[in-house]
Amino acid sequence: MDAVSEFGRTLMLLLRDVMPIMAILFGFQLFILRKKIKNPRRVLVGMVLVILGLAFFLEGLDMVLFPIGRLMAKQLTAPEFIYGAGAVMPAQVDWKDYYWVYAFAAAIGFATTIAEPALIAVALKANQVSGGTVSTNGLRIAVAIGVAVGVALGAFRIITGTPLHWYIISGYVLVIIQTFFAPKTIIPLAYDSGGVTTSTVTVPLVAALGLGLSETIPGRSPLLDGFGLIAFASLFPIVAVLAYAQLSAYRAHRNNGHTRTQDNKD
Amino acid sequence: MDLLPIILVVSFFQFAVLQQPLPNVAKMLAGIFMVMLGLALFIQGLKMALFPLGEEMAFNFVRAGNLWWLFLFAFTLGFGTVMAEPALILISDKAAEVAAAGGMIVNNETAQAKYALGLRLTVALSVGVALLVGVLRILKGWPVQYLIIGGYIGVVIMTSIAPPEIIGIAYDSGGVTTSTVTVPLVTALGVGLASSIRGRDPMLDGFGMIALAVLMPMIFVMAYGMLI
Repeated sequence: MDAVSEFGRTLMLLLRDVMPIMAILFGFQLFILRKKIKNPRRVLVGMVLVILGLAFFLEGLDMVLFPIGRLMAKQLTAPEFIYGAGAVMPAQVDWKDYYWVYAFAAAIGFATTIAEPALIAVALKANQVSGGTVSTNGLRIAVAIGVAVGVALGAFRIITGTPLHWYIISGYVLVIIQTFFAPKTIIPLAYDSGGVTTSTVTVPLVAALGLGLSETIPGRSPLLDGFGLIAFASLFPIVAVLAYAQLSAYRAHRNNGHTRTQDNKD
Repeated sequence: MDLLPIILVVSFFQFAVLQQPLPNVAKMLAGIFMVMLGLALFIQGLKMALFPLGEEMAFNFVRAGNLWWLFLFAFTLGFGTVMAEPALILISDKAAEVAAAGGMIVNNETAQAKYALGLRLTVALSVGVALLVGVLRILKGWPVQYLIIGGYIGVVIMTSIAPPEIIGIAYDSGGVTTSTVTVPLVTALGVGLASSIRGRDPMLDGFGMIALAVLMPMIFVMAYGMLI
């Protein structure tokens, strides 16, 4: 009974989120473009499936991952775990003591990104548009590696207390350099992959990790240092996807195999 | 398959690192089943509704020929979806606390509520502008990297002059604007536009709108932090 009412609540929340989007879409379609929607029944069923699917997905994650993931983030960052029971928190923490935190940050960043529905959507579209050149799972894995590196680096930043903008600006410089050398066709997709990683699955856990770290380490404030992890998780996938494209271009070049379709003349 | 990494990570850290038993295996299995079912339904729904709808609308706007309506549509879509985004409501309330603690605004309820709403409006406005620019870029065929690199330079300049309290919030606000329903829709819209305009390549010109929607809020939020 409890699970059912919980599911209903999630469903209502999702409906509330999707309503404005639907209102804008149908408003423009019917009143401004004055066009009937093709296959209205199919579209309606599809929308219902999207909302139902997301509701099941979120409820399921709440049973499998969210509470236990948050608890883990809290336990792994607790001083008792890092320094043993009864130990006093040193005023100056050594970043090397937090190795399990980096491992957890990277692992959870990777794992949640693989399950991210928005990323699956973009990867499916990219595969279709590129005529199969971009592999759906290859893109998902590249993005997930990017998030893993990003979140681990973000944890390192909170632990060391170094300024956020140093990392982000260095990341930008890296992306700009890679942009010059990467295959042209992948660049827009790579940029987009930064934004799709941080929707439903990754954000709650990454936020819990940031909060756990900034609450326990002396001199960090949860309000000031808790922010910034999401920025890491949306910058490093760009680096990873560009690197993946460079690597596959390099390999294709070396094998002298089938050439990439660069232009689409019509 | 999509869930395997999550299961491995959770079991490894639970058994090997924290050395605790798994809580309630039956509940975990039920949850796994629900996630699988949910993903399958979502992907089916994508192919039936979100993808065709986005592409069809792009095609209709190009055929109708009135580009002002297309710009208005892009702006409204960005602004409307962001105003309704629950993750942003959460972040802006927290940001108001930071601002009050940092002495940027008066430390009381009304000032914080006003600040949070202002922040939400700023982010919504920025995403509206981002989608508008994204559509304009597809129509004109501008390479996306010029816009993005230009935007990065903008972020770097703003970072050096914005108040330090706002920087973390500004950087994060870019990531939370892109929800699971908007991303497929905006992607389909971009690809649809690029496919229906002669001389545009869906791969080169169709993607890139999401990237702008991540970048623009950073600049706008830092500007908001400077004005308040």
